[in-house]
Amino acid sequence: MLEHDSISNPTTHSKTTGLPRKRFYRARAHSNPLSDSHFPVPISPAHFENDCSALFPKFFPNGPKKIEFADIGCGFGGLLISLAALFPETLMIGMELRDKVTEYVKERILALRVSSPGRYDNVSVVRTNSMKYIPNYFEKAQLTKMFFLFPDPHFKEKNHRRRVISPHLLDEYAYVLKVGGIIYTISDVEELGAWMKGCLDDHELFEPLTEEELAADPIVELLSTATEEGQKVARNEGQTFRAVYRRIASSRPR
Amino acid sequence: MVEHDIDESEQKLDAEVAPALIAVHPYQKFVSVAVGSDLRVFSFQHGSAAQLSDDTGGHKDSIRAIRYSKSGNLFVSGGDDKLVKVWDTDSWRCVYSVVSEKRVTSLAVSGDDKFVSFADKFGVVYVVDIGDYDDENRATVHKKAVPILSHYCSIITRLDFSPDGRYIISADRDFKIRVTLFSKERLEGAHEIQCFCLGHTEFVCSLAFPRSQDYARGLLVSGSGDSTVRLWDYNSGSLLDTCEIGTKAGLSNSNQKQEDALPAVTDLCETCDGSMVAAAIQRTLSIAKVVSIAGETFIPTSISAASSVPLLWMVMGASSLSATDSTLLARVRVVSGLGADHSEPIVPETSVVEDKEVPGGEPLLQALQGRLTINEEASLTTAEAVKTAMHNLLIKKQYSAERRDFRKRGRNDKKIKP
Repeated sequence: MLEHDSISNPTTHSKTTGLPRKRFYRARAHSNPLSDSHFPVPISPAHFENDCSALFPKFFPNGPKKIEFADIGCGFGGLLISLAALFPETLMIGMELRDKVTEYVKERILALRVSSPGRYDNVSVVRTNSMKYIPNYFEKAQLTKMFFLFPDPHFKEKNHRRRVISPHLLDEYAYVLKVGGIIYTISDVEELGAWMKGCLDDHELFEPLTEEELAADPIVELLSTATEEGQKVARNEGQTFRAVYRRIASSRPR
Repeated sequence: MVEHDIDESEQKLDAEVAPALIAVHPYQKFVSVAVGSDLRVFSFQHGSAAQLSDDTGGHKDSIRAIRYSKSGNLFVSGGDDKLVKVWDTDSWRCVYSVVSEKRVTSLAVSGDDKFVSFADKFGVVYVVDIGDYDDENRATVHKKAVPILSHYCSIITRLDFSPDGRYIISADRDFKIRVTLFSKERLEGAHEIQCFCLGHTEFVCSLAFPRSQDYARGLLVSGSGDSTVRLWDYNSGSLLDTCEIGTKAGLSNSNQKQEDALPAVTDLCETCDGSMVAAAIQRTLSIAKVVSIAGETFIPTSISAASSVPLLWMVMGASSLSATDSTLLARVRVVSGLGADHSEPIVPETSVVEDKEVPGGEPLLQALQGRLTINEEASLTTAEAVKTAMHNLLIKKQYSAERRDFRKRGRNDKKIKP
């Protein structure tokens, strides 16, 4: 639950900005998606809507609006915060497996809601395993954008099946995305970039965006600059590999 | 360390014990029982056990799933030996053998006998095209399976083709039911998900398809470890009704251990006219009314019915625990009086049939059970084994902190202590 006491906590939060300090929320970069850590999972999207009144107090329970953007593996929330400002009327959520990191993002959003009133009510975060439970959170064709920024590469071949973008998992992402919805992926690992692009190319429900469409989308630029991971790559002058695709309707007979 | 020794032997037990399964031919020409790696078939035509012939020597490890196709022409079996076998029910020859990468947990045959689908322990669902079946061929043909979808890291407990042939429905241990579009054009991958049926709060272990005049669209019934049976519209995923079957069957929890608080539904089966669904619960059997199996400890592990005859067949059993017990025990019972014509003035009683009245009589019981009578003690041990088997199969193991560290002893990456 989001609590207001920690905002005044002097040790974990900065005295000047009121924002949480990252060093008190550090966690390992890798988290095992196969282990069922104990976090509550909503029974169905209808049940999750009830939980949303705690996450988005200004929009639920009355608002007819639904969450439209999901940042899978949102990390410290860099992208979400930028998007919240860019799309103030859209509801968006981050999904993160690591406990400490989720706490950090929660605190950050709370602090921002206090320091900039009315500006960050449309963004929140949940701790969950999106590889197993995405259909529990979102209805069919609910999302308009999904983000997969710098996912865990799982280098060993035997671990490739743990990658967050895979041919079978794309079925579930296609299910929660509206037709016309966009999936954004980026990585600094060339092999992973090629893998994600390959999976999306092979999947019958996704088609790539054209160069013009990519240039016209303001979010594309944010992919490599808005997050901690992206900034680190830029500092080290590394390359990034993007794959941005659109969810299309099936051409098969029903 | 004593704790670890006990856990090791517990682990060995978990790995080996498999619940007994029963399947009845749609026109009740045959009844099959699978216990461990043993597949027993009784033929009503000949009044004796059918002889199975297989070039590869049958199953080598516990069978986890058996089904008859809707037409009755084919029978499939698969399990821990990572093989799926398709049998021709006329000759009881194994006509196809399919290799799976991992252990097989569930099976289904499409309504037109053209496809066999199976799921492995990692949650991947495969399809094998058997449309080229040629009964002239004498030898077992080896076929390749193609993965079409998966439930990420979840064990698929039940697989079915919807009666209208449009979907393939998969239920898993993580409380989910997924309905995916399936057709022969989608053999390389069933990517379009129609819907999810979400609502169960424990593993989903069985599915059934009742038919109703009033409801033309697809009805699906699911049974779960949360002791409920739920009714869904499988086109939209909406939950139409929930039945708290554990409470309804009047099973009280007063003398149960904490983990067994709610009796799990172990299997579901629609009656031959599709108007009712029978649910086997951990202690008894429940249809619209409760049918208690009096006089012995009986936990039905698997139930099945023919689509043409109003009888329900049940089996209780498990593959053996100890090395000394060589005969794999299975107890078969029959319930009659189902699928009654409701327009009749007198509705027959649903009751458990006595052994001597069972169709096929003693030869059937001898062939399927392994022996004619099963004493109370054997019954009790089997009941306990069955409970453990189902619990371990379906409920995710929770390990204590020391146990977890012990299990990780071989790893060479150290966790940073917080």
